Amino acid sequence: MLSSNIKGVTNGFPLKIQVEKVVEKQVEINHDFLRNIFPKIDWKAFSDASRIMGYDEMPEEPPEPSVLESNVEFLGKFHHALLELHLEEGALLCPETGRKFPVNKGIPNMLLLEDEV
Amino acid sequence: MWYLCVFYHRLLDYRKPEVESLADLFGAFEDKRRPGNRVLQWRLPQHHHPDSPFYFVDLPSEDVAKNVANRSILVKGIYELWGEGGSYEELEEAVKSYPDERKLPYLGSESTFKITVDSFGKVMSLLEQNERIRGLSYISFKGRVNLKNPDHNFWLMETDDIATNNGLPPVAQRRIFFGREVGGADRKLLPTYQLKSRNYLGPTAMDAEMAFLMANQAQAAPGKLVYDPFVGTGSILVSAAHFGAMTMGADIDIRVVRDGRGPDRNVWSNFKQYGLPMPIALLRADNNLPPWRPGLKEVFDAIICDPPYGVRAGGRKSGGRKLLKGVIGPYTVPDDKRADHIPSTAPYSLAECVHDLLDLAARMLVIGGRLVFFYPVSREEDSCEDHFPEHPCFELVATSEQILSSRYSRVLLTMVKTSSYTEELALAAWMKHLEFKANHSKWLEEGKNLHSSVFSPAETEQRIKAQI
Repeated sequence: MLSSNIKGVTNGFPLKIQVEKVVEKQVEINHDFLRNIFPKIDWKAFSDASRIMGYDEMPEEPPEPSVLESNVEFLGKFHHALLELHLEEGALLCPETGRKFPVNKGIPNMLLLEDEV
Repeated sequence: MWYLCVFYHRLLDYRKPEVESLADLFGAFEDKRRPGNRVLQWRLPQHHHPDSPFYFVDLPSEDVAKNVANRSILVKGIYELWGEGGSYEELEEAVKSYPDERKLPYLGSESTFKITVDSFGKVMSLLEQNERIRGLSYISFKGRVNLKNPDHNFWLMETDDIATNNGLPPVAQRRIFFGREVGGADRKLLPTYQLKSRNYLGPTAMDAEMAFLMANQAQAAPGKLVYDPFVGTGSILVSAAHFGAMTMGADIDIRVVRDGRGPDRNVWSNFKQYGLPMPIALLRADNNLPPWRPGLKEVFDAIICDPPYGVRAGGRKSGGRKLLKGVIGPYTVPDDKRADHIPSTAPYSLAECVHDLLDLAARMLVIGGRLVFFYPVSREEDSCEDHFPEHPCFELVATSEQILSSRYSRVLLTMVKTSSYTEELALAAWMKHLEFKANHSKWLEEGKNLHSSVFSPAETEQRIKAQI
């Protein structure tokens, strides 16, 4: 969802993920939520991101929405990649300038410095 | 069908909007009318004052009535009225003429029941209560009495025309009601979530009752994604999560959102305390320069927040006040200090904060999504600010005022997104953003300063002192 918003940067998405620590959390699965959010995701960025985090189960091409309805196993994997994998420590890098947005304790710091505003 | 709705006597301005938002959520308006027209029909009982806790409301079905009542915070109960009158004789006549097919299903021998006698504005002894119950012998209750957990709960309510009414509004003449309870607020909710037992608090944590009211105005529900751009300690998101929504929050202050007061006293632990699902993400971000990817839009079902408008907590945005004033040029932080540098921030005026919030909501809410937020209002006579923020994408559906002091109130605004965010709107918002930046000092110094209007000594006091 996030992109680099440094002044002057035109191509700030997707942010590259630099992984230092990934944490897997248990989250109760909610089918309605997954179905609602699925069309809003940039699939390529999402599947690339999950691969960098160590999970290879997301296909490169976005699946048909009907797959979410019919394939419970896939829904579970989608849920796992979307909600259960957390980047605990690491950074998000601006694809254009290489500027690092640090991620600490699971929280990305997207605040710009004084000269980037 | 008309039901009797009895409210808790507090936050009067919030009562009907809550019921209407919930009625909408539970399908009362199937005809897809415009959001501003999704209002219910209300009627005051005879002899009652508009502030009365008693109202008749027209709801399409018992299911809707039950769902609304059980989820609400301010509805003490919704009842199917079997009869009403100015005296017990009138009541008896009314109940006797109420159709049998509406009464018999609840009087059967296989069910359990209980009768509660409630006298509003006065205390009735147990003896008097039992006397009233015996007076209902003309109703053929066939079931067994179960005081703890009955199948059906009947209520006999007396509202009297006595002088002192325990703070309730006066009733011109006595009115008595008898009905079957269809639903009512969960009385365990507020004690469970009260702030005094909350794990992680901050000075601006929203109290539990108000947080739930906000979540109800926003129609938080399972499957939805709710966002708070000023998340702080997460108090508002907690209530949305209680109603089943997934949540996400951001704050410009990294210490509040990332660190909290320790590994077990932070935003995450607040959710853990109640066994609620964690927010899907927490960010440190500036609402004035948000980090969303281009093309991202219509992602949130609701945005609920209490923006920092400078009374209890001043808002901040990126930039540094000297920088924005042009006193110093943009400086570069040396490389070795960049990692831990906390960027300087500048005061964020209310006008700009609200502009950014409306722009964010216009872009990021789904059509039909709700923006629910507090807006401060000065109560001084010379205040010329009596219209609320507007935006072409939104329709204002509710405003509820809560008086905080003799000087100011806050109003909870509920807006529904009714049209799409266009390129033109995005451009207009960007132009406005640049205008705010260029006129930074002007907005802060010349613009209406809420903080000083609340905290400076009263005008009259000053005039009196001058005369002495």
